[in-house]
Amino acid sequence: MTTTPTRRRSTSPADAARIPQRGGHKWGYWLYFIPGLLLMAAIIFYPIVRNVRLSFFHWRGGRAEEQFAGLDNWTALFQDHEFLQSFQNIFLVIIAMVIVPTLLGLVIAALLFDVVGRRFGGKLSSFLRATYYIPQILPIAVAGVLFGWLLKPNSDGVVNQFLSAITGDDVTINWLGGSYGTAMASVMVLMIWIQIGYPIVIFMAALQRVDPELYEASELDGANWFERFRAITLPMIRPEVFVVSLTTTIAALKVFAPVFILTQGGPNKSTYVPSFYAYNEFINGQDKGYAATIATAVTVVVFIVAVIFIRVQNRAERKDA
Amino acid sequence: MTDLAQASADRKPRRKASADPTSRNKARPRTPAEWILMILAVVGALVIIFPVLLLLMNAFKSPADYANSSPLDFPESLDFTGIQTFWEEQNFPRALWNSIFISTLVAVFAVILSVLNSFAIGIGRVKGRTWIVLLFLMANLVPQEMLFDPLFQLYDDLGLLSNPWSVIITFTVIQAAFGTYLLSSLLGTFPKEILEAAAMDGATRWRSLRSVIVPIIKPTLSVLMVFFFIWTWNEFLLPLAFLNSPDSLTVPLVLEQLNGERQTDTTTLVAGTLISIIPTIIFFLIFQRTLTRGITAGAVK
Repeated sequence: MTTTPTRRRSTSPADAARIPQRGGHKWGYWLYFIPGLLLMAAIIFYPIVRNVRLSFFHWRGGRAEEQFAGLDNWTALFQDHEFLQSFQNIFLVIIAMVIVPTLLGLVIAALLFDVVGRRFGGKLSSFLRATYYIPQILPIAVAGVLFGWLLKPNSDGVVNQFLSAITGDDVTINWLGGSYGTAMASVMVLMIWIQIGYPIVIFMAALQRVDPELYEASELDGANWFERFRAITLPMIRPEVFVVSLTTTIAALKVFAPVFILTQGGPNKSTYVPSFYAYNEFINGQDKGYAATIATAVTVVVFIVAVIFIRVQNRAERKDA
Repeated sequence: MTDLAQASADRKPRRKASADPTSRNKARPRTPAEWILMILAVVGALVIIFPVLLLLMNAFKSPADYANSSPLDFPESLDFTGIQTFWEEQNFPRALWNSIFISTLVAVFAVILSVLNSFAIGIGRVKGRTWIVLLFLMANLVPQEMLFDPLFQLYDDLGLLSNPWSVIITFTVIQAAFGTYLLSSLLGTFPKEILEAAAMDGATRWRSLRSVIVPIIKPTLSVLMVFFFIWTWNEFLLPLAFLNSPDSLTVPLVLEQLNGERQTDTTTLVAGTLISIIPTIIFFLIFQRTLTRGITAGAVK
């Protein structure tokens, strides 16, 4: 599976078009970019340029005049308690969307593949895999409404009634509006619930790639399951672990809907995440320049993370080759 | 580097290879530890599906039944008031149609755009193509709150607010970024002999693309289409910003709106949540194979 790029590199000289040139010049291919680049310019690059520029202005929006602000917005950003809080929350979001699902995903995928799949049949393991995957395909907004219903405050809430039944006391926790702790924990549980299926499906496919003979050899050597997992499985599926953590980290930095639906950033703006903060400032704030600054800051962080990940991956690939 | 076409080609032999050790292993009796681990896996799946089951148990309760019973009880009798209220008052059929219309067109347009871009990158091998792929990928990376205000004003100027085309255009570009990335590496390994044969027969580039390349990579394109459809269906932030009139809402937006209204009856909300989930579940059951194949193939790029 990892051999294709080398094959591509070796069969064809670096820059020859793959259709033999007859009559046509190579730049003719640029014509095929016209619709793509025009749309990219209007839908992606124009907003980026406009917001980056706007981050150096104060602007109330609409017909109001823009006032040049220099670095005002940017210095304000780093002293803004809400912004810093929203970035702190991103670390919790990364725990809920990246770290926990990846670790749990490794364990569950190995369990489904090694134990359930081999010893109890492939049908059961694919059925369980599909079950774990279902939250992934639900619209996040719908999943949010579902959790909002479960977590209703007072004795209306399903979770509260459930806890009351278990403990015998009346449990009336205001999960989403009561305190930062319960609100953030609720959002994190929703995120784990949504994310868990993605690593499971990917890791299970990766495990199929591992040569069963390697396992048998290690079994003969007397290695137990955990040793086998660490020495053979993990190194073999490292590329997938990498891809899963990259894509989910970027998704975590951009997270919006769970917070919007469950807590609206509350209680007291404590569960703000950057994208919700920027969205809110654009709509309700006084200064679109400041909103643009928040959005630009998030974009810069996302791009930096993506570049770091790609660099690391390239280095790892070169090491392998 | 796995690509979708290879993934589908690899599928059969791989399955055969893994069938062998399974049958050998089955000869040995299952140990108690294995039973415990299997039960743990089943319990985990039950925990995951539990919220959806709760939804099923409560969506068919009458308001009185819901008020008097625990959410863990089964309904006294099947009652469709909640579902009916949601269906009629929220104009759910309209939202369903909007979602289908938007997602289908995005899936088709984004695949076309991806093919055009990746043809120049993978087959044309234009200069600086690595950079061009990265440039397109920016559409996928950029947070949506960065796009929302400028595009809101742009669509306002064009009179496209509350019009499905604002969402269609935007997500065509965003989804095509991933398609371009994936198809570029697929077309980079497209068999040269086929292209040369087509050129020998006098096919122009455009004709080679349309009559030779596209038919061959069709399985991959249909997987992409399924993904673009479901991703667009689930989108929230930008549709929330662009679609405001009651007639223009998509399925997630209708439910969000209902959720935001204070006087909403809980049974209506629960029934509405269940109904909003059903289209995705149906879609999942139809395309389950395609989806699993696609997710895994996209993973190791």
